[in-house]
Amino acid sequence: MTTDTLVRDPASTVPLSQMDVSDPKLFQSDTIGSYFARLRREDPVHYCPESAYGPYWSVTKFKDIMQVEVNHQTFSSEAKLGGIALQDMQSGEASLELEMFIAMDPPKHDAQRKAVSPVVAPSNLVLLEPIIRERAGLILDSLPIGEEIDWVDRVSIELTTMTLATLFDFPWEERRKLTRWSDVATATPETGVVSSFEQRREELLECAQYFKGLWDQRVNEPPKSDLISMMVHSPATRDMPYLEFLGNLILLIVGGNDTTRNSISGGVLALNQNPAEYRKLMADPGLIPKMIPEIIRWQTPLTHMRRTALMDAEIGGRKIRKGDKVVMWYLSGNRDDEVIDRPNEFIIDRPNSRHHLSFGFGVHRCMGNRVAELQLRIIWEEILKRFSKVEVVGAPERTLSNFIRGFTHLPVKLHAH
Amino acid sequence: MPTVIFIEPDGAEYPIVVKSGTTARDAAVNNSVPGIDGDCGGECACATCHVHVDAAWMARTGMAEPGGMEANLLQFAEGSTENSRLACQITMTDDLDGLMLRIPDGQH
Repeated sequence: MTTDTLVRDPASTVPLSQMDVSDPKLFQSDTIGSYFARLRREDPVHYCPESAYGPYWSVTKFKDIMQVEVNHQTFSSEAKLGGIALQDMQSGEASLELEMFIAMDPPKHDAQRKAVSPVVAPSNLVLLEPIIRERAGLILDSLPIGEEIDWVDRVSIELTTMTLATLFDFPWEERRKLTRWSDVATATPETGVVSSFEQRREELLECAQYFKGLWDQRVNEPPKSDLISMMVHSPATRDMPYLEFLGNLILLIVGGNDTTRNSISGGVLALNQNPAEYRKLMADPGLIPKMIPEIIRWQTPLTHMRRTALMDAEIGGRKIRKGDKVVMWYLSGNRDDEVIDRPNEFIIDRPNSRHHLSFGFGVHRCMGNRVAELQLRIIWEEILKRFSKVEVVGAPERTLSNFIRGFTHLPVKLHAH
Repeated sequence: MPTVIFIEPDGAEYPIVVKSGTTARDAAVNNSVPGIDGDCGGECACATCHVHVDAAWMARTGMAEPGGMEANLLQFAEGSTENSRLACQITMTDDLDGLMLRIPDGQH
């Protein structure tokens, strides 16, 4: 890099007072890292007075993020205050008045979460493992050797969608509807996924209608271990208002789809960018369980969660005012060298690899984290059985979003053993 | 130096001798006891060090404080009972020498 390009690098030249890390293009181009690195160094709890999302605080260090995570009495997730992302949930045109427990505070949050969490509890996952493994095997066996394919579409989306359809006991042939609804739920018109907020609204209502059909069907059947049956029969959820039912479903669809999907793709890319690590893995497949949390840290499929201050508070020496929007940048905290040794390196046998922020902490910690790890472990075990290499053969295309950190396209070629 | 004994769902026992002042979570993680991940680093923020305190020891460890963060997290943990604690919130002392902590079935 010449001095010239360094000087022109906006991450190092923009005045801190004008630094706004919310631009989705910075994430799509994967240039956001140098902005966060500067904030961690120079202004770890950073106030941005003006952005497309209004004024907001950026919390960029691991320990400061943890402090916000565990203080839900001060830092609220409530939808009516804006919810859990930079983009307010209840903001005019984007609004569908959806309610979901991720965007509620205790005690209401607690009751709803408890009602649905058994579907992803370890005892249920033991039953799911052979099904997921069989389906992962079928996906991989259907792929051509030596031809360019899109890993995102053929593997990452397919596996997570199948798993979600299994958790919901969703009509199998129509499972790609889940993928579509997941994409639509987090889309804004500039992403091109939907052309307008009206279209988004219509598609989500169609989703609600579809699930209403499944609800009506399950309510007349004996209780089963799928998620809809659990919601239908649990006292905490069975009388749920319609938009709350839809909200929680969408939460679980996005939670189960957009996240693990991108960690599956991100792992392939990371191993290709770090060939020594790929060789280490091939030499010792027993490293897979240690590698999975490292992939999830490396990818950080959700870049942030947002809270709203219910009272004046202090984070990292900065005064936060009641009503302020506080963004915890997991993607930044996961690169914080005060907590993570050599954070910018992908190390598949990293000691203490589970200590990362990607699942969040506190009462809102990712409910499905074990399903995510299970799917990643299974897919890698099955990949290693079949292929000597999943080779990335072209530039990845990344998602235009400041919330979902993912891929829309990852061209690969498979090599047989 | 007190001993804390972790008991796996299959009955396997892991007795670990620690310095007074060490948390049961650190005792488990530093000795790779299966089923205790301790993802958050011991800050009472993730519930991956959930244990069932042996009934005979409950009087000495006490219960998770109702309404506190530990109880908040335990309510979402599978197999949570009145004897449930987070191992990161149990600090070993000579008084707890011989403490028996059972690891819930299915915990990672």
